[in-house]
Amino acid sequence: MAYDKFTILRSTAVPMPIENVDTDQIIPARFLKATERKGFGDNLFRDWRYESDGTPKKDFVLNNPIYSGKILVAGKNFGSGSSREHAAWAIYDYGFRCVVSSFFADIFKNNSLNIGILPVQVSPEFLDKIFTAIESDPKAELEVNLEAQTITIPATGESESFDINSYKKHNLMNGYDDIDYLQAMKDEIKAFADKSLY
Amino acid sequence: MSNKPATLFDKVWDSHVVRKIEDGPDVFFIDRHFIHEVTSPVAFLGMENRGLKVMFPEKTFATADHNTPTINQHLPVQDPLSANQLKALETNSSKYGISHWGLGNPKNGIVHVVGPENGITLPGMTIVCGDSHTSTHGAFGAIAFGIGTSEVEMVLSSQCIMQPKPKKMRINVTGKLGKGITPKDVTLYIISKLTAAGATGYFVEYAGDVFENMSMEGRMTVCNMSIEMGARGGIIAPDQTTYNYINGREKAPKGEAWDKALAYWKTLRTDEGAVFDKEYTFDAADIEPMITYGTNPGMGMGITKHIPSALAGDSKTSYEKSLQYMGFHEEEAMLGKKVDYVFIGSCTNGRIEDFRAFASIVKGRKKADHVTAWIVPGSHIVEQQIKDEGILDILTEAGFQLRQPGCSACLAMNDDKVPAGKYAVSTSNRNFEGRQGPGSRTMLASPLVAAAAAVTGVVTDPRELIA
Repeated sequence: MAYDKFTILRSTAVPMPIENVDTDQIIPARFLKATERKGFGDNLFRDWRYESDGTPKKDFVLNNPIYSGKILVAGKNFGSGSSREHAAWAIYDYGFRCVVSSFFADIFKNNSLNIGILPVQVSPEFLDKIFTAIESDPKAELEVNLEAQTITIPATGESESFDINSYKKHNLMNGYDDIDYLQAMKDEIKAFADKSLY
Repeated sequence: MSNKPATLFDKVWDSHVVRKIEDGPDVFFIDRHFIHEVTSPVAFLGMENRGLKVMFPEKTFATADHNTPTINQHLPVQDPLSANQLKALETNSSKYGISHWGLGNPKNGIVHVVGPENGITLPGMTIVCGDSHTSTHGAFGAIAFGIGTSEVEMVLSSQCIMQPKPKKMRINVTGKLGKGITPKDVTLYIISKLTAAGATGYFVEYAGDVFENMSMEGRMTVCNMSIEMGARGGIIAPDQTTYNYINGREKAPKGEAWDKALAYWKTLRTDEGAVFDKEYTFDAADIEPMITYGTNPGMGMGITKHIPSALAGDSKTSYEKSLQYMGFHEEEAMLGKKVDYVFIGSCTNGRIEDFRAFASIVKGRKKADHVTAWIVPGSHIVEQQIKDEGILDILTEAGFQLRQPGCSACLAMNDDKVPAGKYAVSTSNRNFEGRQGPGSRTMLASPLVAAAAAVTGVVTDPRELIA
């Protein structure tokens, strides 16, 4: 599935200073029953966001109208647990294009990159600065520049660089994905398979 | 081949790299691909939208497990969404010539139970599935890990995925395990020491005499839980125990092919002097029966201990939120806490050895009246073993009922949901908020601890019930 190219994203952000947010919280298993990739954003953080009768929980950040934006900022070890790509789909479908944390679980990071969400890993200190900036002004913006591999808090001018391998960076900036790449090397794969033990 | 000492993980990984991309991932060849009803439909749809075909249908195996009911499997599935996913798996498998063990098939069961028990999982293989507990298969000396649906589409259409090579960690557990200490306790102990993110970015080799002396079922339990400390997977060098388990299974190599495979398998060991990025060593004597008290698998402790106090600093809020969800307090004992539900099963503890352990405690005792127990075999083959070995009689005598195979209450996609606020002792792998049903409170433990809770109705040290 194609996704929008990612270059520079400047947006307000939604703060979620909770650690170990697992993919069961991002999207509970009972909402994984679709056979198409549609509507997952409605159930993003379902049990933190809604009471069992569907009433929005007032104290949850997504239900607080003062916060909005295309960037989600979360505590360390974001996306642990299940490999469900539905978690990344739900985040994308809700409208986020970038998740910032001081630490990501591996599979979630891969899944995000594969569908066009940029996971930006920052130092714990910089994460604190972001939370502080949003706390003092909920409309504070962040600027994520993929080409330069930097994340900046424009209000204070503070900035940090982040890692991404050049292959994935190229993909995200051009809207390419791994399936295109693999299809272009089918002969090489076939030759490899012919020599394989199993 | 270079003469540089290599780890087991290096040997298997490096022999499966089709192409290396500079400052990018490896194009990584996959020998076996398992699919199930929940994470595959969108992959098939994506492939069809691009006009792609399955490249090697004989390398993919389908089984239905995640949302299947565990009673009355002969009847149509009631939930229309689940029925639709099961139908999609059947249709897609049949369309592309993929072997499919659907509901009612005598080979059906949890993907990580049926793969090994049918001889599909073999040493030295690369194995993936759209399920994080694919790490289970590492017990055979395979590189096995969970992938997302985009990657399922990649494997279906090109038999490869694109992965950066993880770093390497070795975890040694040496010495002798005490009475009543099971492989589940070993893994919960390790995770409690490393934390739920302590192995993120690493692939873990388990070594030392505790693992050497462990059965294949036990090794599968340990490798299964690797993801719960963030590791991509876990791997254990194959040995005579491994060969004995595989020999004679339906899809295992036979005759000359067996001899050839065995010669290769014997090379699958970490060389003397090979270097790991990180290494830990634990003493088996320090491990007690374990239980978790929080909402991630790293929040575990010896069953006789008290819940630790929160550390100062950033983690404090998350820690307190977790205990609040569980209804527990710092410095409290876990022993004696009331248990409402007991679940034995899942890809972690749904194999015959787990039911033998459970039965060893409940034999001659009765289920506590207020406890609801779900006894769910990992596959029909395990279900049959339970019957053949007389375990069913012991369970029935003690007031338990045996259900039919599936993932069941591990992730509660079907009707096996623990109600809000209720406490479950569960042999599964995750104690996340709401994992076993919205508002459910999960304590992870071994089959022995589960059995002790089931007959006493409270958290109990199983060693007190062992003759």
